[in-house]
Amino acid sequence: MRRAYFKNNWIAALVVAPQLMIIFVFFYWPTSQALYWAFTLEQPWGGGNEWVGFENFRTILNDGRYWDSVWVSCVYAFFTTALAMGMSLILALFADRQLRGYRFFRVGMIWPYAIAAPAVGLAFRFIFNPSAGVASYLNLAFPGVWDPILNGDHAMAMIVFAGAWKQVAYNFIFFLAALQSIPRSLLEAGAIDGARVLRRMLDIQLPLLAPTFFFVLVINITDSFTDSFGIVDTMTGGGPARATNLMVYKIYEDGFRGLDYSGAAAQSIILMVLVVALTVFQFRFIERKVHYS
Amino acid sequence: MSDITIRDVRKSYAGTEVVHGVNLDIRHGEFIVMLGPSGCGKSTLLRMIAGLEEITSGEVQIGDRVVNRLEPRERNCAMVFQNYALYPHMTVANNIGYALKVAGMKKAERLEKVAAVAQTVGLGEFLDRKPGQLSGGQRQRVAMARAIIREPGVFLFDEPLSNLDAKLRVQMRHEIRRIHNRIGATSVFVTHDQVEGMTLADRLVIMNRGTIEQVGTPQEVYDRPASTYVAGFIGSPAMNFLPATLAEGPVLWLATGERVDLRGVMEMPRGLAPRAMLQLGLRPERLRIGPVGSGAMDVRFEFAEELGSGRLYHLRHEDVPVTVVSETKQTLREGEPVGLTLLPGAVHLFYGETGRRIETTLRSSVNERVSA
Repeated sequence: MRRAYFKNNWIAALVVAPQLMIIFVFFYWPTSQALYWAFTLEQPWGGGNEWVGFENFRTILNDGRYWDSVWVSCVYAFFTTALAMGMSLILALFADRQLRGYRFFRVGMIWPYAIAAPAVGLAFRFIFNPSAGVASYLNLAFPGVWDPILNGDHAMAMIVFAGAWKQVAYNFIFFLAALQSIPRSLLEAGAIDGARVLRRMLDIQLPLLAPTFFFVLVINITDSFTDSFGIVDTMTGGGPARATNLMVYKIYEDGFRGLDYSGAAAQSIILMVLVVALTVFQFRFIERKVHYS
Repeated sequence: MSDITIRDVRKSYAGTEVVHGVNLDIRHGEFIVMLGPSGCGKSTLLRMIAGLEEITSGEVQIGDRVVNRLEPRERNCAMVFQNYALYPHMTVANNIGYALKVAGMKKAERLEKVAAVAQTVGLGEFLDRKPGQLSGGQRQRVAMARAIIREPGVFLFDEPLSNLDAKLRVQMRHEIRRIHNRIGATSVFVTHDQVEGMTLADRLVIMNRGTIEQVGTPQEVYDRPASTYVAGFIGSPAMNFLPATLAEGPVLWLATGERVDLRGVMEMPRGLAPRAMLQLGLRPERLRIGPVGSGAMDVRFEFAEELGSGRLYHLRHEDVPVTVVSETKQTLREGEPVGLTLLPGAVHLFYGETGRRIETTLRSSVNERVSA
């Protein structure tokens, strides 16, 4: 690839300045603040911070509730990702078949991504409300079968549904684009070779989707760790009995409700390290390994 | 081995008809080449036989079954695609053996067959490679092997050689013919290259704008082209055309007012209206250059191209270009007037309006100058 070099460095600086400003204000500044708080302890009535080293991290990592939250986050990430990817893959495979009305569905499938997480949360809260929502009919037929307000597993299932539903749209776009970049003649060759639709999907389309699949996988996992706040906040508030107290939500609760800035900051540093690790993993190993041509 | 019958097959895309009622009978073990420019419907017709394209109306029969409603896999056809369409994530061996795997053949048996077929197309040592690691010619061979291994009743080729360089193209052409002769399956080969068509085909199907212009052996099509379209398409260099009017018997008036007497060359059919508009077609390789006034008409010399074995002469009759291919090498000056002598088989006549051929009877004697 050829690179263009600017002779006048100040022009280059001027051009990138707005972007740098934005990144600085919304990323580096808060991150450095969090980093500072993570290694200090705020005095109870204000008036300065005290350097405590890794004390905050030690406290958190020795806290059983924190590990509960990690576990709950992993469960949420796993099921949301699996459900969102499975659903979007199936939808994309069928949209790609260009069956009747696929144009309408193609657009329809992308819409959910344009809806803010809290709105999704609110909508699903109504849908899954055990006594008033759509799910109440289920309870009418089988009393007590669905109760996300009291049952932790049900609450988890509920936010998984909502999170996955929102993520499907994003995945769908990527899967559909990847499917459409597979030459038609490959599928035709498969058809001539005797493979039926399902067999062609398994033997030809899915393997060729692998690079996209792993990209979407990492994005989904990352997303379900970091971007689940809106859904949890509107749907369960982390309950019942912390059954849906995901890591991001716990950071918010400890920080803004419990006013434990230092503890919350340390947690967010841990979460950040986790996401960075995932991203590095994505670029270092997966991107390089899955390639054809 | 199967024969293929195509009856009044039409194809429309969103209301626009692109194949207009094609009829064709393909015999057992025959090598058919469908020839035509891009957009003439030849690939569409091939894909309708394969089952990759729905048949809008009409009937395609393979063997004794009407296949209109059958899936591609039920038609017993193998196909070689223009871009080869190899599965990029599979090894050569898996590419070749995929059809057998889908059919549920045992692995040991399958690998044995793959190895055997790979050997016949010279791919024995490449079985573990991926298509991306192969050259164009090798990919072509994989595509061939993938078709051969299924022992299909029908081989379909969709411009399989157009992505190869000239030398490789000739080599693969021979290979395809050799494979056809050995296996004996019915083959349908689509191309826009008339040389490929002439050299490969048992019978040529020449298509234009969604209809068949002519069906016949390469020799028939060359000797008696059914229309100006076919005449201009088949043969290299292309046939020369001069607009003319019928005077009387085999005597024509050229558009330039010159009289061409073909009495010594051919008999005209009866029933042609006097003053009928015609196209006089002249095969470049059946023309000879002589002194002015020595031939059927006079033309001016423009320039010549050296072919090594002979020369390609570019001449001009008023403003109509005329080409002549000859082994005799003459040195001529630019603008020099020369006479054009017609050898047997040089002259083809077509109706001016429809472009259809006028059937004439050839005189065996070489023409002599009758008039100018």
